[in-house]
Amino acid sequence: MTTRPLVALLAALALALGACGSDADSGANASAPQLTIYSGRSEELVGPVIAQFEGETGIDVEVRYGDTAQLAGAILEEGDNSPADVFFGQDAGALGALSDAGSFRPLDPALLERVDPQFRSVDGEWVGVSGRARVAVYNTALLSEDDLPASVLDLTNPRWGGGKIGWAPTNGSFQAFVTAMRVALGEDGARAWLEGIKANEPKVYENNIAIVEAAGAGEIELGLVNHYYLYRFLAEDPAFPAANHLFPNGDLGSLVNVAGVGILDTADHTEEAQRLLEFLLGEPAQQYFAEETFEIPLVDGVEADPALPDLESLKQPDINLNGLADLQGTLDLLTEVGVI
Amino acid sequence: MIVALAALLPAVYLVVRAGEAGADGVADVLTAGRTAQLLARTTVLAVAVTASAVAIAVPLAWLTVSTDLPGRRLWVVLTALPLAIPTYVGGFAFVAALGPRGLVQGWLEPLGVQRLPSLYGFIGAWLVLTLFTYPYVLLTTRAALRRLDPALQEASRTLGRSRWSTFLHVTLPQLRPAITAGSLLVALYTLSDFGAVSLLRFDSFTRVIFVQYRASLDRSAAAVLGLVLVCLTAVVLAAEHRTRGRASYHRLHAGGSRRAPVAPLGRWRWPAVAACAALLGVALVLPLGVIAYWLVRGVAAGEPVGLTANLAANSLTASALGAVTAVVAAWPVATLAARHPGRLSSLVERASFTGYALPGVVVALSLVFFGARIATPIYQTRTLLVFAYVVLFLPQAVGAIRSSLLQVNPSLEEASRLLGRSRPSTTRAVILPLVRPGVLAGLALVFLTCMKELPATLLLAPTGFDTLATRVWSATSEAFFGRAAAPALALVLLSALPMALLVIREADREPSPGHGPPPEPAATDETRAPPVLTPVA
Repeated sequence: MTTRPLVALLAALALALGACGSDADSGANASAPQLTIYSGRSEELVGPVIAQFEGETGIDVEVRYGDTAQLAGAILEEGDNSPADVFFGQDAGALGALSDAGSFRPLDPALLERVDPQFRSVDGEWVGVSGRARVAVYNTALLSEDDLPASVLDLTNPRWGGGKIGWAPTNGSFQAFVTAMRVALGEDGARAWLEGIKANEPKVYENNIAIVEAAGAGEIELGLVNHYYLYRFLAEDPAFPAANHLFPNGDLGSLVNVAGVGILDTADHTEEAQRLLEFLLGEPAQQYFAEETFEIPLVDGVEADPALPDLESLKQPDINLNGLADLQGTLDLLTEVGVI
Repeated sequence: MIVALAALLPAVYLVVRAGEAGADGVADVLTAGRTAQLLARTTVLAVAVTASAVAIAVPLAWLTVSTDLPGRRLWVVLTALPLAIPTYVGGFAFVAALGPRGLVQGWLEPLGVQRLPSLYGFIGAWLVLTLFTYPYVLLTTRAALRRLDPALQEASRTLGRSRWSTFLHVTLPQLRPAITAGSLLVALYTLSDFGAVSLLRFDSFTRVIFVQYRASLDRSAAAVLGLVLVCLTAVVLAAEHRTRGRASYHRLHAGGSRRAPVAPLGRWRWPAVAACAALLGVALVLPLGVIAYWLVRGVAAGEPVGLTANLAANSLTASALGAVTAVVAAWPVATLAARHPGRLSSLVERASFTGYALPGVVVALSLVFFGARIATPIYQTRTLLVFAYVVLFLPQAVGAIRSSLLQVNPSLEEASRLLGRSRPSTTRAVILPLVRPGVLAGLALVFLTCMKELPATLLLAPTGFDTLATRVWSATSEAFFGRAAAPALALVLLSALPMALLVIREADREPSPGHGPPPEPAATDETRAPPVLTPVA
């Protein structure tokens, strides 16, 4: 029943706050970072590349990891005082939103030209770094190559009825695909497809990983996913009985979405930022994305992992990623059809 | 006042952002049929979660305080611990175990069970939120139950009331402030939670606000929804205020606070144990089991464990600073509310709830807004992060301190002043020792909540400042569950520690059951003063 612990606690608080303040000051002066990145891609995926960049250039990089949309929101709220130099976004949608808000500065054309026009912003303000394709992952024991549908649209056929298909309607990449479908086929076309699949009683999963797992286990014959998850399973177990099917001929079902970067209009370290972008579009980084995260390198001349879908053979549907901004409409449609 | 103003920053931000939409834009969002529907869904969820939390917590508090439940002291500690499990981890565990193709479905499949009833939607969100928030009510109720003067119940029994009637008409009214305080935390937590509603796919206000940001970065529409949420909070607070009334709960006369005679459970002993075990099985063992399963599977697959001392140290220091600062900031608010109830003090107290009921991302973005534009020197420093924690979790500290203060007779304070002590000296020498349990409870509660906090930590911490929570989030967002397991386990254990110590300490202090009233010096026993309902003139 003495007051001492509390007094001690308060004293500790005062000290700590004091230390905290001075920390912040010294932090700002002593080791000011030379480049600050806001990354919506997780540290698990891009941390090693950034470490490699630091090692090669000697540029001190600080990364704030977070959710792509929330970091984009933070950049908008920070306005002119944003400490960020570079934004690394998980999908084209958030990059487009920042570009629309005037947060980016135009990029060096030489840099932009390394990447196919369909994987960068129309006004040259952001550029894709790595791609991911939508594919159908299928169980190799249950289906042979001849059984595979030529188009994602064929999956509404009753042949696929009764729980043979797996999908994850709440997944962001799936929703981007539905947005593309709305752009390509119109609202009614997209609705008809969703209703057709729904009539086939697909099994619903929380995420891509669960679908790949289910395809391997033979619970479903095929599932709609991003291409790269399968390779994590194959790395663990080369006999994993599943394979990716790319819908050929520029089918909607094999849309490629990208993760990309832009340099902020308010960046203080534009030169370092430029060097980072050059690094990300350079061979070692592209090689890393191809081999370690199993993504599709977007720069010509970088050999993709032989197991990966090849961008050359993967004819893109005629849809510009810049046109995939209306996620809200997609969510409304999915709700209306009753799949989320 | 300053504290209240700080707490209102997010609301100011929301008004600014909503203002950008213009009157028409605001009207559009408000009149959309979806908004009314959302309001109804969110309200129903909050009411259902609160009701079931009370239904679990009050009997549980009674079982673990007043009965001869076998292993009672162990249950006292264990039943409080589900609070340490973040809903985004608990929700994941539930989906992994009970979802379609979950672990349980796997076990049942040989028995011909093809599909479990769907966990998604209202049922899942309600279940997960109830299981991980009921300890708020449990902790407050248990504390009040311990301080109860058994003389009241004995008087009631002597006067011919049955045991049940005594509980209903004598005990329960005295527990009411404690139950209400806990319920308030549960209800407002439910309004602001994102982890459970997103993983279990229930469209509450918070989830829709998140989706709004994700879908279009439409800050104005999100802000309007946020303001509706603030109004909803005001309604909840007003309702709570009505039940609070003007009763006073401190004891008027000197007298012993002693333990009530233990209620024998008789043949209900083992069913009661089974009930406690079942509850903990779902609320504690299941999530921890799933995490352990991830850990084992991850290690077997050669995944890095992903746990460093640095992560733990960052989590601990930021949360400890947040807890201490929140308690210091809560002190004047709680004093005002307990000692000078009136319009101004209730406004100040209610203002402190704003941040708590808003989704974390809204509060975080509002502080990004003010931090980057006005408080630039502290932007993205630990100072601002700690400030954010205070804005977010102040009510937990205010509630704990306020209820302790209410049980201290103000005449003690007056006596001390009359005897010549200055006001600060009175606070230090008389009040603080008496409300220490409340202060410690506030510290432990805020600490635990800061440990779990995610959006503000991601957006406001110094760049590169990783905590256990951010690491868990980062790994699970890429479905590297193995890498998330060790930090998640550390997070749960470290945040539970102060709470467990506190609960053990409290349990230790009570006289062992069945030995009658211990002699206590009348001068100091105000700490555990049993409440007596006396109308204040």
